[in-house]
Amino acid sequence: MASFYSKDGYPMRLLLLLALVALALPAYADGDAGADGGFIVVQSTTSTRNSGLYDAILPQFTETTGIQIRVVAVGTGQALRNARNCDGDVLLVHATAAEEEFVEDGYGLSRTDLMYNDFVLVGPSDDPARVADTTSINAALSAIADSRAPFASRGDDSGTHKKERSLWAGAEVDPSGDSGTWYRETGSGMGATLNIASGMNAYTLTDRATWIAFANKGDLRILAEGDEDLFNQYGIIAINPVRCPAVKATPAQTFIDWLLSDGGQSAIAAYRRDGQQLFFPNAKPE
Amino acid sequence: MNGFGDAFAAAFALIVGFDADLVEIVGLSLRVTLSATLFACLLGFPLGAVLAVGRFRGRGALTVFVNALMGLPPVVVGLIVYMMLSRTGPFGTLGLLYTPTAMIIAQTILVTPIVAALARQTVADLDAEYYETLHSMGARAGARMRTLLWDGRFALMTAALAGMGRALAEVGAVMIVGGNIDHVTRVMTTAIALETSRGELALALGLGIVLMALSLALNALVMGARLSGARLAHA
Amino acid sequence: MLRLVTSSAAPDSTIRLERISLRRGGRDVLDGLDLSIPRHGITAIMGPNGAGKSLALRVMANLVRPDTGAVIHGLTDPQDIALVFQKPVLLRRTVRANLRHALAIYGVPRRERRERLGELLDFGRLAAIADSPARALSGGEQQRVAMVRALAARPRLLLLDEPTASLDPQATAAIEALIRGAAHSGATVVLVTHDRGQATRLADHIRFLHKGMLAEAAPADQFFLAPKSPEAQAYFDGKLLL
Ligand SMILES: Nc1ncnc2c1ncn2[C@@H]1O[C@H](COP(=O)(O)OP(=O)(O)O)[C@@H](O)[C@H]1O
Ligand SMILES: [Mg+2]
Repeated sequence: MASFYSKDGYPMRLLLLLALVALALPAYADGDAGADGGFIVVQSTTSTRNSGLYDAILPQFTETTGIQIRVVAVGTGQALRNARNCDGDVLLVHATAAEEEFVEDGYGLSRTDLMYNDFVLVGPSDDPARVADTTSINAALSAIADSRAPFASRGDDSGTHKKERSLWAGAEVDPSGDSGTWYRETGSGMGATLNIASGMNAYTLTDRATWIAFANKGDLRILAEGDEDLFNQYGIIAINPVRCPAVKATPAQTFIDWLLSDGGQSAIAAYRRDGQQLFFPNAKPE
Repeated sequence: MNGFGDAFAAAFALIVGFDADLVEIVGLSLRVTLSATLFACLLGFPLGAVLAVGRFRGRGALTVFVNALMGLPPVVVGLIVYMMLSRTGPFGTLGLLYTPTAMIIAQTILVTPIVAALARQTVADLDAEYYETLHSMGARAGARMRTLLWDGRFALMTAALAGMGRALAEVGAVMIVGGNIDHVTRVMTTAIALETSRGELALALGLGIVLMALSLALNALVMGARLSGARLAHA
Repeated sequence: MLRLVTSSAAPDSTIRLERISLRRGGRDVLDGLDLSIPRHGITAIMGPNGAGKSLALRVMANLVRPDTGAVIHGLTDPQDIALVFQKPVLLRRTVRANLRHALAIYGVPRRERRERLGELLDFGRLAAIADSPARALSGGEQQRVAMVRALAARPRLLLLDEPTASLDPQATAAIEALIRGAAHSGATVVLVTHDRGQATRLADHIRFLHKGMLAEAAPADQFFLAPKSPEAQAYFDGKLLL
């Protein structure tokens, strides 16, 4: 078609050029470009990514092993579901009961404690429910429910949401009947929920790592912390290659072994934001 | 709050600093969006022409269906593509989940109905003008569609632009099928979502400004080509 | 001279419309039209606005199906029939690309197109404007392109619907030369025109239509000497008929 090259064909040539540029743009890691040790996919909770932990520790691992870690950070509930679909090699979440069930159902090889930190209850500094005067998380939540002060819940079946529901149960309050009034279920990630809480001066439960790294605190501050019920355990699981034949079992085990090793554990301990340690390694030495 | 000032400062710093991560993210955004738009045009232009010119049973229903698909929520498309590409899904063995290819597939599905619906309108309008001429020349349906598509090329660029706009701005589908993996599947929109969830609102807005600038530049480029080309062809 | 007709052995029969009826807008705009067109020479169809001339041409071109009646022209290949409209619709491309497109549609093999294209550009005196966007041309030039595009099919029946109605005398002369050339090469030409001078210059036969029916059929010289039908007489006396 010579008309293609004639004067009136010029814009078509430009479109074609755009198309060629689009296809010629470097194929970033479509296969296993980059590291020569291949890559594995980690289904992860968001707090470990949002807090910057992976950015801090993963380069050390990739440098020594050549294995690239691709982190898909979603809520714990979503991560567990994705892993049940075999869409990952390693699971790193924080909902011990659900993790044990995952292993019992045959999807994981075994579950190991990796590290912990804690949850904190944050809220507006004027503290309308007078949470700061309480001495336990049970009392704090009861105070919020009694005063009907706004509380933002994740509402997304994440690890934090599971924890929050168990804390309400411990306080013998069922807020689900008040959903839409003072109890607001955001159905979103921790960051989005913190943004909402910050926007409407609501209380919310968050893990400490996300809180410390969160940049839009507004008028929110920590009002309750330190209760042993607020303990937040992270676990790590290798996906079962019998259940999921595509799993890259060897590099996945290499990664898990490194995280549980002295090197990995001290890398976790060394990560700090604003001078504060965010995660406390607690892998049991074999 | 001077959030907008901070946002523009962040955008300025990102662009002037030629931030390496930003370059990578912008490059991947362009690659995914332009590829998806290209495939959507390759599918949508002929589909639009068939809907405009073809005479077959179910054409009206198909047209309504394609128009309705324009309203597909990206998250739904993302979920469907996720279910297809998941290791336990029908195409799981291809190992495409969490790759740019998966993102291109999802966005192609998202953009094709827009391109097809707009192409159908363009071709139908032109067909009203060309119908007698092409029929009297004895042109068959295939030749008529090709003629109409080529002569509608400048209007079709607008259809392509509309599709590209949706792809460039879309976050729900690429987040699910791409996974927003750093250095692998992170694009402008998922980076904005991530920075928002980190509470880094100024940085998120700054990235948004960069995305706007990118969209503006692409639109200006194509519209410029369209105008000068249309002037040349007196279309 | 350009060879316009593919088959020199054109059957010597006439082209006939038999009892053609066509309803449009709730009335019979063609009302039992009987029409015979001699195979040789140029036939001018005349008649007042709204008489059904354009529709009759479209029926002949198989663009419009009549409600009743039959068209008999013995032409089975759609390319044997070409139609040129009063307002030509050219493609949004250069003149050259328009003609190349037509040759492709007419099924001219790729390797022959270049040569045919050169012939057509010469024949229509279009070489100087070959690379201009067709739609930027003057009305006369556009009509010339449309004529050449129609002739590129080497049609055996050339149907022209007021092809010079909005053209100046010079452009009209150029189109008339093309019409004569086509007829000379053996094509049957049917020309709808309101221009008595043009009909006198070109036509061998006249068919006068009125209210969707044939009012008069006569050789051109006889017709212009003295039209027999009251409708044609009134028409040339400037009396409105519809
Ligand atoms: N689609 C249509 N709907 C209604 N009336 C029509 C339609 N097409 C043609 N006509 C009428 O048919 C008559 C003949 O039209 P036409 O053949 O164009 O006349 P002319 O002899 O001037 O070329 C006119 O009165 C015109 O208004
Ligand atoms: Mg007419």
